[in-house]
Amino acid sequence: MLSISIPHEQALQRALQFTDWAAIRYSSETTTHRMVRNDRPESNESSLEEGAMCEVLVGGHFGYAATADLSLSGLQRAFDRAIATTRATSAHKVHAFTPDQRPRATGTYCSARDRDLDALSVAEITDCLMAASQAMRLSDLLVNRSARAMLVQTQIDYFSSNGSETRQSFNMLDITLAATAAEGLESQTRSWSYTGQFGGEAFDRAIFQENAERIAREALDLLRADNCPSGRMDLVLMPDQMMLQIHESIGHPLELDRILGDERNYAGWSFVKQEDFGHLQYGSPLMNVSFDPGRAHELASYDFDDGGNRATREMLIEYGVLKRGLGSLESQVRSGLPGVANFRSASWNRAPIDRMANINLEPGTSSLDELIGQVEHGVLMRTNRSWSIDDYRNKFQFGCEYGQLIENGVLGKVVRNPNYRGVTVDFWNRLDGVGRAAETHGTAFCGKGEPSQIIRVGHASPPCLFRDVEVFGGLS
Amino acid sequence: MSAAIRREDFIDRVREHFNTLSSYLLSQLNVDEELTINVAAEESLFVRFNSNRVRQNTDVEQIGISVRLQSKGRTVEKSRSLGGNAEADRPALMHLLAQCRDEVAVLPLDPNQVSIENNGTSSEEFRGTLLAAEDVVGAVVSPAAGCDLAGLYAGGIVIRGNCNSKGQRHWFATETFFLDYSIYNGPQAAKGCYAGARWSSAEWKSNLGRTQTLLALLAKPQQDVKPGAYRTYLAPRAFADLLGMLGWGALSAAAWKQGRSPFKKLAENETRLSPLLSIDENFALGLTPRFNDLGEMSATRLPLIEEGALKTLLVSSRTAKEYDLGANGASEGEGPRAMDVKTGALAEADVLQALGTGLYLSNLHYLNWSDPVSARVTGMTRYACFWVEGGEIVGPIRDLRWDESLYSALGSKLMALTTHAEIDPAVDTYYRRALGGSRTPGALIDDFSFTL
Ligand SMILES: [Zn+2]
Repeated sequence: MLSISIPHEQALQRALQFTDWAAIRYSSETTTHRMVRNDRPESNESSLEEGAMCEVLVGGHFGYAATADLSLSGLQRAFDRAIATTRATSAHKVHAFTPDQRPRATGTYCSARDRDLDALSVAEITDCLMAASQAMRLSDLLVNRSARAMLVQTQIDYFSSNGSETRQSFNMLDITLAATAAEGLESQTRSWSYTGQFGGEAFDRAIFQENAERIAREALDLLRADNCPSGRMDLVLMPDQMMLQIHESIGHPLELDRILGDERNYAGWSFVKQEDFGHLQYGSPLMNVSFDPGRAHELASYDFDDGGNRATREMLIEYGVLKRGLGSLESQVRSGLPGVANFRSASWNRAPIDRMANINLEPGTSSLDELIGQVEHGVLMRTNRSWSIDDYRNKFQFGCEYGQLIENGVLGKVVRNPNYRGVTVDFWNRLDGVGRAAETHGTAFCGKGEPSQIIRVGHASPPCLFRDVEVFGGLS
Repeated sequence: MSAAIRREDFIDRVREHFNTLSSYLLSQLNVDEELTINVAAEESLFVRFNSNRVRQNTDVEQIGISVRLQSKGRTVEKSRSLGGNAEADRPALMHLLAQCRDEVAVLPLDPNQVSIENNGTSSEEFRGTLLAAEDVVGAVVSPAAGCDLAGLYAGGIVIRGNCNSKGQRHWFATETFFLDYSIYNGPQAAKGCYAGARWSSAEWKSNLGRTQTLLALLAKPQQDVKPGAYRTYLAPRAFADLLGMLGWGALSAAAWKQGRSPFKKLAENETRLSPLLSIDENFALGLTPRFNDLGEMSATRLPLIEEGALKTLLVSSRTAKEYDLGANGASEGEGPRAMDVKTGALAEADVLQALGTGLYLSNLHYLNWSDPVSARVTGMTRYACFWVEGGEIVGPIRDLRWDESLYSALGSKLMALTTHAEIDPAVDTYYRRALGGSRTPGALIDDFSFTL
């Protein structure tokens, strides 16, 4: 995608007559949703969000105004609004910031891809989705067979009065196939997702068909399966559930803006305290967690955050000990703690806040068979379907689509409605095995902030073994 | 220039812009083309507070327009943000229409397509008296001096408009604010929301005062409540949180037909909820327009659940076409937009006595289906929640996880609803400020299950 040319220099120059520092973040994002359901087109929609966030520093306080009018007069009006409001609010600011929180940055970023999403035809996408829907047609019990693709093309250009100029271009995909099998009052859904920074190369008909047929078969198996047993037992989580476990019980509680209380009225606070960094035994010594914005194809890879901070890989947890939080330069200066480049906004009309990006659990040494082999009595769970955790990120309860019993080191029969619950630090200290083969997953829908923002995050993880966890099944 | 004048300008400016652009687009259609056009616009000031200070302030002016082209049995929808300048926006929209035409040429037939009709004309504008942007912070923080207050002020104009190639035309504009906030005493917190169309300093002070009274109750000794089943009172806001799950597939006709509805048993008359429970869609609450994205009008009052029996699911016209059902003006997502829950017989003053021994919950948090086929929901307690003994508040609890089927909680376990109900306006701000909300009483539920 091409960056359009906006009159950023003139707009910044004029704003500087009234402010100590100013910036413009231009953002253009085209999101296309295509869905086929039961072999029929369900929706073909796309949206273009294009606009600029004008940012000012007045009296030590950063303030913002967003406009989709990209003419010089449009940008000037937005700057006027930002300056007037920020002048009135700066006397009540939480912290006296300086331009140090907006370092000078220059550079470009482009998502790794073999084939640009622009080069993909509507017919090619529809063909893959239709093939998947048809491949799920194994039985009349499969009442709903859906195949959807979300294609996102984003350009973010950032210009500041202290010389920053960064241009970043992203191609992203979120593909989900889902099969629902129903009979009488019972119903079970199995799904497959493929999410990350990819181009058109991801639309491979054979891969769509293969996964579609597999999940359709598994949905039918679940319909006939027993409920997951209840009780304390060992738990093997596959990467497509580890993703959610990492997201909710590591990512969010480590966000420094939560720890500083910014998010208390919405998503919540955190059990992690500022004095815990460097000390807290968050999990077992097998636990190593990184912030890694440089991993090709992972959903939240980038070179610069929305404050112009260059993004680098950092370890958050090493050998189970908490080392570093997910805090931008603003949170770092407020807390005195080390952080990362994660000052990110959802769109042109939202101010950046501390977000997760790619938060990964580093691989260990075990094969999946070795993990299963260590379990006398337990369950293996795949693919998240239910998630809930308290506002301090302690007491969680998660559910999966698909479970399999493990008895005496051998993987056995399928069970439905597998769920487990626990408390974050206690749970991670039960980590007793880490696989060596990581898979990369992610979600395009992490919600946070006031006003609220949906952002994309990536989570790579191998399968993991946890000892003696509270597991339970469904009622039906 | 005063902020009040600027806001009125925005409604007039967007209306004129929408009329100009939509007339032009409709004049460009070919004979075999039908078009639906929607506009969603806002001029909002957002101020985020932490520690009764300003964390971030953001002014947002946005106009988003969407066009849905139906032609040759195909359906394509495209939308984009607009700068508000007719010379630039007209070609941008023509480009969008051209892209729709390109896709119509290659997409398969859409057998569930609903033909575009003229569902009439409506126009509603609600003007308010809001604070000028420069005055918001002082007005919020002065009465809260000494409070550890966190939250969001959002105020300004929200617009929705719709028209189509059959002559249908709808317009809705409203000028409102909300201050969604919580106040803290260390880790203990109480939640409040002050919302309306006219900011009143006296109303804000009394709203804050009520929340401070609640926070003061949290100073009592903390109670250690073990997991188990307890009689539980859900204050109106907490009950609204629980009933919010009805918008997550439970009342959707498509979800039912597609095997995804947690209320399948209810929909197929295999079970009933409590005779105490009656729920309507009630657009007379005035929180949101009656028209949906196709410009179809819901009845002003649509009974969904009557004395525990399902009266109707929410049926969009597309679902109606696919499954041969009767449509009832539902939105595409088939969730309630203006849920109104009938009050009961329990007076507010008698709540603690009726509860006797158990839990008083002001708010719930992070709800999700834990076993959809059984309509089982899990979630957390949040903010001001108390252990009650002999009809007296003993002290606050640590947050508890609960896991309970709606068939039970809204069925045999539902003991009473209160005589008073509270309006809970939508305070969602994802993408744009939301419209809508609900009105709910408090609910007394027996043996509510707490698990962690
Ligand atoms: Zn999240």
